[in-house]
Amino acid sequence: MSDRITRPAVEKVARLARLSLTEDEIVIATRELGDMLDHFADIDALDLDDVEPMTQPVPLVNVMRDDVEAPTLDRDEVLAAAPVATDGQFRVPPIIGLDA
Amino acid sequence: MSPADGVDSIAAGVRSGSRSAAAVLEEHLGRIAEREAEVHAFTLVTDSAARERAAVLDERVAAGEDPGPLAGVPVALKDNLCTRGVPTTCSSRMLEGWRPPYDATVVARLHDAGAVVVGKTNLDEFAMGSSTENSAFGPTRNPHDTSRVPGGSSGGSAAAVAAGFAAASLGSDTGGSIRQPAALCGVVGVKPTYGAVSRLGLVAFASSLDQIGPFTTSVADAATVLTVIAGPDPSDSTSIPEPFPDLRPSLERGVAGLRIGRISDLPAGADPDVAARVDAAFDALAAAGATIVDVEIPAFGYGLTAYYLIAPAEASSNLARYDGVRFGLRVDAPDTDAMYMATRAEGFGAEVKRRIMLGTYALSAGYYDAYYGKALKVRRRIAADFAAAYGRVDALITPASPSVAFAFGDKTSDPFAMYLCDTYTIPSNLTGDPAMSVPFGTGADGLPVGVQVLAPALGEPTMFAVAAELERSVGVGDG
Amino acid sequence: MGERWMHEGFEMVVGLEVHVELATTTKLFSGSPNRFGDEPNTNIDPVTLGLPGALPVLNRHAVELAIRIGLALDCTVQACTFARKNYFYPDMPKAYQISQYDRPLNADGRLALPDGTVVGVERAHLEEDTGKSTHLGGSGRIHGSEGSLIDFNRAGVPLVEIVSRPDITSPEQARMYVSELRSILVAIGASDARMEEGSMRVDANVSVRRPGEPLGTRCEIKNVNSVRSLGRAIDYEARRQVALIAGGESVRQETRHWDENDGRTHTLRSKEDADDYRYFPEPDLVPVHPDAAWIESIRSALPMLPAARRSRLADACGQDPDSEAVTTVVERGQDEYVLAVSAAGGSAERALVHVKEAFAEAGAAPTLPAARLAELTAMELAGALTATQAKTVLAEMVAAGDGDPAAIAAARGFEAMDTSALDALVDGAIAADPDAWAKFCAGDPKAVGALVGRVMKESRGQADGRAVTAALHARRG
Repeated sequence: MSDRITRPAVEKVARLARLSLTEDEIVIATRELGDMLDHFADIDALDLDDVEPMTQPVPLVNVMRDDVEAPTLDRDEVLAAAPVATDGQFRVPPIIGLDA
Repeated sequence: MSPADGVDSIAAGVRSGSRSAAAVLEEHLGRIAEREAEVHAFTLVTDSAARERAAVLDERVAAGEDPGPLAGVPVALKDNLCTRGVPTTCSSRMLEGWRPPYDATVVARLHDAGAVVVGKTNLDEFAMGSSTENSAFGPTRNPHDTSRVPGGSSGGSAAAVAAGFAAASLGSDTGGSIRQPAALCGVVGVKPTYGAVSRLGLVAFASSLDQIGPFTTSVADAATVLTVIAGPDPSDSTSIPEPFPDLRPSLERGVAGLRIGRISDLPAGADPDVAARVDAAFDALAAAGATIVDVEIPAFGYGLTAYYLIAPAEASSNLARYDGVRFGLRVDAPDTDAMYMATRAEGFGAEVKRRIMLGTYALSAGYYDAYYGKALKVRRRIAADFAAAYGRVDALITPASPSVAFAFGDKTSDPFAMYLCDTYTIPSNLTGDPAMSVPFGTGADGLPVGVQVLAPALGEPTMFAVAAELERSVGVGDG
Repeated sequence: MGERWMHEGFEMVVGLEVHVELATTTKLFSGSPNRFGDEPNTNIDPVTLGLPGALPVLNRHAVELAIRIGLALDCTVQACTFARKNYFYPDMPKAYQISQYDRPLNADGRLALPDGTVVGVERAHLEEDTGKSTHLGGSGRIHGSEGSLIDFNRAGVPLVEIVSRPDITSPEQARMYVSELRSILVAIGASDARMEEGSMRVDANVSVRRPGEPLGTRCEIKNVNSVRSLGRAIDYEARRQVALIAGGESVRQETRHWDENDGRTHTLRSKEDADDYRYFPEPDLVPVHPDAAWIESIRSALPMLPAARRSRLADACGQDPDSEAVTTVVERGQDEYVLAVSAAGGSAERALVHVKEAFAEAGAAPTLPAARLAELTAMELAGALTATQAKTVLAEMVAAGDGDPAAIAAARGFEAMDTSALDALVDGAIAADPDAWAKFCAGDPKAVGALVGRVMKESRGQADGRAVTAALHARRG
């Protein structure tokens, strides 16, 4: 399938997933992910060239709704559940170093 | 449990006025008071809301109203089902204290049918696990032997029914999370056809695999609860638009003339005591008039790999929303990116992180085709193999779990060993077909064994006919 | 083909990504209102906020508007699927955007610019908008701020992203592309397409190369808030890249931010650790297979597009389709009115001039009945009113919303001069300026102006210039 997963690859994945891992966690994750991917190499034996990917179990199409307003949520109730809110808005720390 | 504690029996009594919902509730709350500290099936017992609800139902019955097919039936909800104003934690620190502003469709349907919710049940964090040991709030214990796990991830829901805390409960099944704990706890557990039950309000683990289904003590009760919760929901785009089939005729149909498949190339791994009960199930069905047919499903064994690439991939995306911005846990940090990293490191447990990492990797640039893309093709192959088999048989029988309930800590050191618990249940999630676990006697140490009945999509009537026959052949409550 | 952009032997290659908000009542995947300018966080629901357990359901009208766009851009409208684009940003509630990836709704179209250039349209796909963040403290920019506030009213608003092929070779073409696209979007009712309100947003992919060479490294320019800025930003960016290459450096692939104040682009972020969006099929939505009948019903309900309307108006008025008057009047949606004036017996040519000048602020539906303007233009053609008088009368009619042009002209004393009075004035002018008359008779076309001017002056503007010219020609024989 591919070469065994490396520590830099694990660090990149943790970064993509926004998971801050400790040194120990990175070491363990590198080993565990490598072991799992070894197990998952069993499907390399299959010839799948002509097989269509299956993304959903039920083949439905064209499920759509009418363009009609539905009730909205109460802002106060929603903001009460927010970690930090100011002036009717959700508040976050400064946005730096983010890709967007 | 006595049959009087079953869903149909309670509802009949409450609807006729011969039993009060309040009295039924107190019997269940009494058992909770007695054993919950030991079993730990719940993350939250909603006893006062339940008492108010039961009183309202009794008043309605007294006023001549019919509260519905679940009138006064105490039910428990897996704590990944949204309940308006009632904490919904997914057994995660991430959602501790979060109160959804809306009800899941299934919760609304149970309510409309007259059910009384007694509490939210414990699970492996975000439904990831097979033992309920991954709960951030401590494990649930198997009521049959509290030194052993109840299975998972819906371990709390299975244990609640097995311990008589509720007459029925709902769980979610992404790779076996209803059927395996049902087997280990000796109750009936159903994973319906994908799309038969609305997923609206089910906190997503892997959206193309998740289905909600019932736990009950009998096959007939499972049919009653499933009939209430199933059916089209315009709020779920993957909901099957046709009405759900009527299961009542199936319960007495028997299996005469049915062709039951035995998968000759089923992956090895089932313990001998479990395998012996499955053999006995074939014998019982044959004795009841079914024809046993050998079929091959060559791709069955690849299900584990396909599942453990697809489910984590979807999960890595579904669980990205836990970012500390709008709800749930936030760990303070000087900037938003650091806040994300710290919040997610603190809020998620080890197994959730492991699957997020695996899924992120399987989708990432350069690996998509080798892992996620390939897994989707294996999924198609598995579905094709099952479809071919269903050309020759009406239903299939396998073990639900490779073993009876195992001891705490048995499989926690090796993630892959835990994943193997799902070997026999995973394919139905990949195909979307229905499957259920029925208690069928006992195995090692007198612990319950569950036999799995599988059927093609929307084949629930056949599946329930077979399950009801198995139940008759061992006797209700014999598991 | 417009003016070709060349700088120190380099040409520019530009592709545009235009996001437009669709004019639906509700959001793309939920029933919250799609409305600009409401109190923050009032148009929210579980789907908009990405709450646990929420599920998207596709808005049929959004699909229909997107198909309208596809058809107007001559795209193939095809079976399509949705995909998740995964990235973390606080205004993106689920930390993924539901978009379309390998199977977009509309593919392979084209847009003809008024100058005849055809720009390819690679795709026009549906996706959801993000919320809005406001940066506290500092300068309102991200850096140095005390944090940010997030409003999710815009999150989930339906967008169509229209991706052009890199067929644009000058700032002028880029401006024309956006203007023409905007006209089309407004004409088909898909979007109000207001760049200043953000309902139309343009990003430009700019690279430079020597003619005949392969494509250079491109930079994506964001934060362009007007058609005018777009031209400036592209011009600046292409020159910047040429200067880099000329200085022996290479262009780095990156996203750059246009700063309206200093007229420059600045690095926003490098693409070195290339975005890894981990696109995969959205499992909560099913494919859309627009059937032929649906597509045809949308196509047959499409209004005439701006290019065709310009041709039609130009034909009616005897003008060029890309003349300023025709372009402006069609852009404002007043072409039907001009044609109505013509149908009511008026002069289309005169109506075009009047509508362009007098109805500048009146929008698509002038309140003055077309028949009234027709009467006015008929009076002009008959010589009963001069152009100047007609303008005055029209201003009064527009202010009142109606009015009889003959009565207004009479009230103002705009009497048409009778022929004998005009003849006397013409005779007087010839007598007063025999030199001009001699030159005019010798065929000098400029000489006529002096004579006409004299008549106009003597009549205090009452004479009709065209009638005077005709009379002079008649005298010369």
